Amino acid sequence: MEQTTKTETLDIEGMTCASCASFVEKSLTRTPGVQRAVVNFATEKATIDYLPTQASPATLKEAVVQAGYGVSERAPDISAADRQAEIDQQKALAYVRLKRRFWVATALAVLIMPLSMLMLWPAMMARINMQTLNYSLLALTLPVLLYSGHEFYTSAWNSFKHRAANMDTLIAVGTGAAFLYSLAATVVPGWFMRWGILPEVYYDTTATIIALILLGKVLELRAKTQTSAAIKALMGLQAKTARVVRPGGQEVDVPIEQVKLGDVVVVRPGEKVATDGLITEGSSAVNEAMLTGESLPVEKKAGDPVFGATLNKTGSFRFRVTKVGADTMLSQIVKLVEDAQGSRAPIQRLADKVSAIFVPTVVVIAILTFVLWFDLAPVESRLPLALVNFVAVLIIACPCALGLATPTAIMVSTGKGAEHGVLIRNAEALEKAHQVNTVLLDKTGTITRGEPTVTDFVPAAGQDASLLLQVVAAVERQSEHPLAEAVVRYADSRQTVVVPASGFQAVEGKGAQAEVNSQPVLIGNLRLLEEAGISLPPAVRQQADDLLAQTKTVLYVAVAGQAAGVIGVADTVRETSAAAIKRLQGMGIEVVMMTGDNPQTAAQVAGQVGITRYFAEVLPGDKASKVTELQAEGRTVAMVGDGINDAPALAQADIGLAMGGGTDVAMEAAGITLMRSDLQGVVTAIDLSRQTIRTIKQNLFFAFIYNTLGIPIAAGLLYPFFGILLSPMLAAGAMALSSVSVLTNSLRLRSFSPIKK
Amino acid sequence: MDTTEIIVTLAGLALSGFVIWYFFFSARQTAAAVSTSNGVQQVDITVKGGYSPDVIEVERGKPVQLSFYRDEENSCSEELLMPDFSIRRDLPAFKTTLVELLPQQAGTFTFTCGMGMLRGSLVVK
Repeated sequence: MEQTTKTETLDIEGMTCASCASFVEKSLTRTPGVQRAVVNFATEKATIDYLPTQASPATLKEAVVQAGYGVSERAPDISAADRQAEIDQQKALAYVRLKRRFWVATALAVLIMPLSMLMLWPAMMARINMQTLNYSLLALTLPVLLYSGHEFYTSAWNSFKHRAANMDTLIAVGTGAAFLYSLAATVVPGWFMRWGILPEVYYDTTATIIALILLGKVLELRAKTQTSAAIKALMGLQAKTARVVRPGGQEVDVPIEQVKLGDVVVVRPGEKVATDGLITEGSSAVNEAMLTGESLPVEKKAGDPVFGATLNKTGSFRFRVTKVGADTMLSQIVKLVEDAQGSRAPIQRLADKVSAIFVPTVVVIAILTFVLWFDLAPVESRLPLALVNFVAVLIIACPCALGLATPTAIMVSTGKGAEHGVLIRNAEALEKAHQVNTVLLDKTGTITRGEPTVTDFVPAAGQDASLLLQVVAAVERQSEHPLAEAVVRYADSRQTVVVPASGFQAVEGKGAQAEVNSQPVLIGNLRLLEEAGISLPPAVRQQADDLLAQTKTVLYVAVAGQAAGVIGVADTVRETSAAAIKRLQGMGIEVVMMTGDNPQTAAQVAGQVGITRYFAEVLPGDKASKVTELQAEGRTVAMVGDGINDAPALAQADIGLAMGGGTDVAMEAAGITLMRSDLQGVVTAIDLSRQTIRTIKQNLFFAFIYNTLGIPIAAGLLYPFFGILLSPMLAAGAMALSSVSVLTNSLRLRSFSPIKK
Repeated sequence: MDTTEIIVTLAGLALSGFVIWYFFFSARQTAAAVSTSNGVQQVDITVKGGYSPDVIEVERGKPVQLSFYRDEENSCSEELLMPDFSIRRDLPAFKTTLVELLPQQAGTFTFTCGMGMLRGSLVVK
């Protein structure tokens, strides 16, 4: 007896990635009584079908907790959008708090600065008691230290306990030293005087450095949120509800996480497609730009796949759900972009090595700077000079610009790539693509459509073209052969009337025969007709020869024992191929083609798209060796293929670009996946890679030059020659600007648009 | 060179030596993962100015679940990077963030904060 299942939806807490979702899903599936569990990472919901006799909502929650996650007890009507809004609100709150701390520090620094400079006006100084002034400055500086800057000190202390050091360590030690010295000079000035030192205070240094560093953090936070905007936008594309057709025919709007495999979903004009599936009835044009970057709507009819998050334009259709949750195309794209953003580019390695030893090294340099200044400077000013330079070294050396240089550029460009239908698997792939100087294209499926298309339909003299097409299509509709499909597509595109055919028979290796309108019809190669004793009139033979000369496949048609016409079939070149190849050549890249076809066909296609070098008659197993051949010539090769049979060649190439065609994302085979079957994607990918690497190099240059020049200047290297010392406040200003300038440089990639000319 | 200069010089050198020893040559806190009944290797890591423990030993070929509890608000530790596993995560303050991975190869894999300052390593055996 079949038991009735119940469905439960749980709000899962703590999931941070798609693999978390599969962890929860696995744990739920293993729970006795659970028949099906689907966890949607984007909406943070689990939908579980279970047998109430064996499981209960409590045991389901238990399973989630066991997997290490929580179940939210909030009212179930809180949507994912609300949840996201809550997280955003928390982040916004943190930003507001940071700004408040910045403004407090700035306001107080503005007061402290002129007060500290009173000594510039001796007349004024004479009227003010030094002690009172110093204590007032101390009172003004304390809130800056304890409120605005407290984070630096706690963070530095926490790191110190871990035997780690970060940028806060430098800020805390620098400002802390300046403050403690000033505090001592304020509280026990007599002690300093006894040593012949003027008890100077550096409260202005402390307060200004904190204000400037906070300014840097405010700007940094604002820019940082923009680097991950692309992925957020992608995740936000998911539809919230789906209109599901119930078995009774009734249409109900259900939350997206309750949609199951096999459900039939209705999509009306102007609606978003809820999830991935196959159209069962109806037709429409669908805008798939968000997934493929293709701005023109794609015509869809029964049997065609549709993808979640795409936008239905004018028509209405129903589709059967084939993928839900993490399996959908959108989720896969999001995951791929996230993974790419988490990966490291090889160019980052040096920065990584430097970062690891940076802070302790700088602390040592600062200490030695202090010692040298103390030992070499005149006795009366040695302590203040040693201190000021010690602080300047610590503050200028902050390594944040170095840490931000590569990741921010990678984050912006991978997001940008996804927007244009170019999915980059990792930062390494992005880096490799810019070195490419040779692009190897597999002809079929990349330059050409990869499927035979009727190019010529030539009826014999006295035949009515539309009638003949009806007859031919009637026979070919019964056949499974790819050439027959091409004929049927051609007939359909001309709205040919469908007529029945009877007695269909496929003739192995030759063609097919059937009866239409009580007349025998033969369609196939020349041998089929010859064996049936049908001779070709000279005109028909001539037309067939012409087609053969153009390296096309010829289908011969005979109706009622008479030759009735010929059909030319060929794999056609995509409209966009020639232009994209020209763009690649314009970028200084040599484009090479390879194909399994004979040299004539290869030459013809190559000529059509402007390629001069090609390999013909390449067996599928030899594709990878052609890549090796080019590499042996010292070239950096990008291989472009359709990702399925080209896998070894894609892997052999320096960078593999798989044309996913929006159907099956062959992500594992290639470093870069092009969502659209269009060579323009290759141009976009290489161009994006070049711009990204240029940005990263600029960033690294700025970050390195700034630290390598900044530290010696701050240490006072120029002082003996030019009398130049770097004020710690200037150092703080430069430091705040450095990371902001690196971020701004990376964000310039947001304006990337592919070369189209 | 007067006495003060000698004292400052010696103190400076000693302090430099201490910084180098303290940050580069001191012992690390190692922890081995605990396997749960469903075969997942779990490790709890506290993030506060660093990772404790900061050396995590796991076995190859078994799923690993790292629970990062970020016990501070300071922005240095807000991001976690495990480049060998293509992982980048925001670690919200005072919350536990789970990171899953499946180590297929033996070796030592570094994980760091967003800027590479705080460091830990995953030792796959």
